[in-house]
Amino acid sequence: MDGPILELRGLSKTYKGGVRALDSVDLDIRRGEIFALLGPNGAGKTTLIGAVCGLVRPTEGTIRAFGEDVKSHWRSVRRRIGLVPQELAFDMFARVDHSVEYSRGMFGYPPNKARLEEVLRSLSLWDKREVKIRELSGGMKRRVMIAKALSHDPELLFLDEPTAGVDVELRRDMWRQIGALRDQGTTIILTTHYIEEAQEMADRVGVINKGKLLLVDDKDAIMAKLGRTEARIILGAPMSELPPALGEFPLSLEDEGRTLRYRGGDGTGKGKREIAEVLRLLVRQDIMFEEVDTRESTLEDIVVDLVDGREGGAA
Amino acid sequence: MNLRGAIAIFTNELLRFFRTAFGSILSPVLTTSLYLVVFGAAIGSRMDPSQFGGSTYGAFIVPGLIMLTLLSESTSNASFGIYMPRFTGAIYELLSAPVGVFETLVGFVGAAAMKSLIIAGIIMLTAMLFVDYSVAHPFYAAGYIVLVASAFALFGFILGLWADGFEKLQIVPLLILTPLTFLGGTFYSIKMLAEPWRTVAQFNPIFYLISGLRWTFMGGSDVPIGLSLACTVGFVVLCVGVIGFIFRTGWRLRE
Repeated sequence: MDGPILELRGLSKTYKGGVRALDSVDLDIRRGEIFALLGPNGAGKTTLIGAVCGLVRPTEGTIRAFGEDVKSHWRSVRRRIGLVPQELAFDMFARVDHSVEYSRGMFGYPPNKARLEEVLRSLSLWDKREVKIRELSGGMKRRVMIAKALSHDPELLFLDEPTAGVDVELRRDMWRQIGALRDQGTTIILTTHYIEEAQEMADRVGVINKGKLLLVDDKDAIMAKLGRTEARIILGAPMSELPPALGEFPLSLEDEGRTLRYRGGDGTGKGKREIAEVLRLLVRQDIMFEEVDTRESTLEDIVVDLVDGREGGAA
Repeated sequence: MNLRGAIAIFTNELLRFFRTAFGSILSPVLTTSLYLVVFGAAIGSRMDPSQFGGSTYGAFIVPGLIMLTLLSESTSNASFGIYMPRFTGAIYELLSAPVGVFETLVGFVGAAAMKSLIIAGIIMLTAMLFVDYSVAHPFYAAGYIVLVASAFALFGFILGLWADGFEKLQIVPLLILTPLTFLGGTFYSIKMLAEPWRTVAQFNPIFYLISGLRWTFMGGSDVPIGLSLACTVGFVVLCVGVIGFIFRTGWRLRE
């Protein structure tokens, strides 16, 4: 099937009390991609996941997964979806292997020792399979959550803040595992507010705030469109106005003419090239400078600007 | 239908029961044994058998004690079974799985009823150690016990969905079910009551359940078996209707 694996159209959710958690969200998820949904707390990320997975009843709109309407074909659709929620939520007194097998059974699949071993080994849980979950470390418990979601080999996997509260080493380990899942063909939708996480792993990024999807695009395209380069050139002597040769560049004078500020580029390296050109022109015109600082905007800058309503990007 | 899903929930619930089997079984068995010793042996020997259809007082209270156990265990097992995933957040798995109301009921309610049946069976065996009793209609007794266990497991399931704290989970069994069971003829025949209490007792729905089970054990009871059966089946239908409504609306589940 070539169409999107998930299609949301006009998806809205208004909770009792009037909070509009989702506001006419339209979104297509491509098969095999890692899609990162970014946004601040309360933006609507978890509600969106809940609506697709059956935890939340949408107020309006339609959801189609694998080409089928989620409402009318909920059984067949849910068999192919996995969910790792943000909170650690399971029977703490159950054994790891029992808990994972329980999840598989609930999704309608027969016990499969080979699959159980494969999942537990891939998450370094095989040696802990007979241990009660409550005896595991926090990181191991989070892996159990992932093992439970993978037990029925889902084609579409939702990870709601998969690395929230885990240490840096485990986070990088999780990233490797998520990458491995993508390599196996699993489509992954993850929510995070670690923008570094999205920058590291995602193919496409969506930014959501106050229930509205502000932007959806390829990560590289977003960087190209909204990315910026900033340079601060400390001059040897104050300058009263910009030389005409530099007029074509996005430059400005600050600090009573002692600092030349560049703000431009598009996230593709254009900014760095222009800065190099500016420096060459300064040398050619015998304008001395003492220091040059450059900085590329990150995905985080872009997302923060979008959420704050500044569409011009940042550096 | 997702039969494997239903089996998975059923098995998981039974596993949870067997993890705490010692406490789950010992407590009701000990309590019932104490009732049989105190009421059956100590006080019962002074009671007139003619008031209890010719049987000993110990044998008379066995169906009532089984009913007491069935009601409390079915209700608490089912309510706890569904409330705990709600409390811990693990309910997400049930809600996101291809599991409908039928599978959920087979899994949670079936397991809760099974647990109380196991305990009821052990209590019947324990009672044999203290009291000489027989079962007049063994087939009907087994069927009636299963029906009552299922009815109150359904009720417990509703309770587990309604409760938003452990206190509420305890209130209904402690403040409603247990008093109604005690006042419903567990330890006496309604014929022993003077008016107006005899009439008042007939407004207690548990009275009809105890009376029905007593009929299967002793061959006679305070009210016709048909009425007891109708009350029990009606209660099952009511509970299934309420649960169906809860699943359709998502009340307490998908809010």
